Amino acid sequence: MDIQMVSIIGAVVAVCFGAIGPAFSEGRAIAAAMEAIARQPESAGTISRTLFVGLAMIETMAIYCLVVALLLLYANPFVG
Amino acid sequence: MHINPLKTETLFYLGPVPITDAVVTTWVIMALLVLIAWLGLRKMTVDASPLQTALEVLVETFTGQIGEIMGKKSARFVPLIGTLFLFLVFANLSAVVPSAKAPTAHIETPAALAVIVFLSVHFFGVRSRGWHAYLSHYTRPNILLLPLNVLSEITRTFSLMIRLFGNMMSHEFVLAIVAFLAGLFVPIPFLALGVLIGLIQAYIFTVLAAVYIGAAVSNSAHE
Repeated sequence: MDIQMVSIIGAVVAVCFGAIGPAFSEGRAIAAAMEAIARQPESAGTISRTLFVGLAMIETMAIYCLVVALLLLYANPFVG
Repeated sequence: MHINPLKTETLFYLGPVPITDAVVTTWVIMALLVLIAWLGLRKMTVDASPLQTALEVLVETFTGQIGEIMGKKSARFVPLIGTLFLFLVFANLSAVVPSAKAPTAHIETPAALAVIVFLSVHFFGVRSRGWHAYLSHYTRPNILLLPLNVLSEITRTFSLMIRLFGNMMSHEFVLAIVAFLAGLFVPIPFLALGVLIGLIQAYIFTVLAAVYIGAAVSNSAHE
């Protein structure tokens, strides 16, 4: 197995497992926000703004994995 | 596909400086924004023209939204954050125009915007709280947390850049793959999704910038 193949497998694994955690937590965050809005529709503006910021924070983890995958594929320091 | 998202194509050289297509698109967007503002505000009257009314509604919405995030003394941040949002909306949606590419899909433009936010956080923080008070908030709640506070300052700027770049670039990739698999009509819903993604990312970037600047400025009000 040469270094290119290992890099491709590494990129796939990074995106696969890196997407699981953020997907779960984004689902939980949205569910909680939905409950809160259903209970208090008048504060929907504040809740959805906080939700967006929180989702962006959670999403950052997945995007870090994407960056690692892209580095492995396109800017790999071990491939000449 | 052999498209490297981390590299950019050089269109021409201005002296020794290479000019990429992202830079040209940015110049066009800047010229467009200035032109719209100049046209709308050339002859300001109480009995406003449609364009002037639209701009007024925009500015009022920005002022209201930023005031909700940053509190009372938010009026002086409206120019910076409003411009950031307008530029990001135009930049993210410029991919809709045929043969134009979103400049935010290359890493340089988000990096420059994140550096602007990073610098303005410290600038406004120091100006509103003074050097001593601003720098000492890094040692709060404990001096042991100083490295972590500094690290979080760097990583949040980095993630601001990577989030915008990653979202715009990955969507461009998805579009390229879909167009490669099925060229006719199938990419249209993905294009519509791209408009939504561009608007949401512009909103998130702006709100996060407002939250960061607000946090740097407003601690002084409570202490």
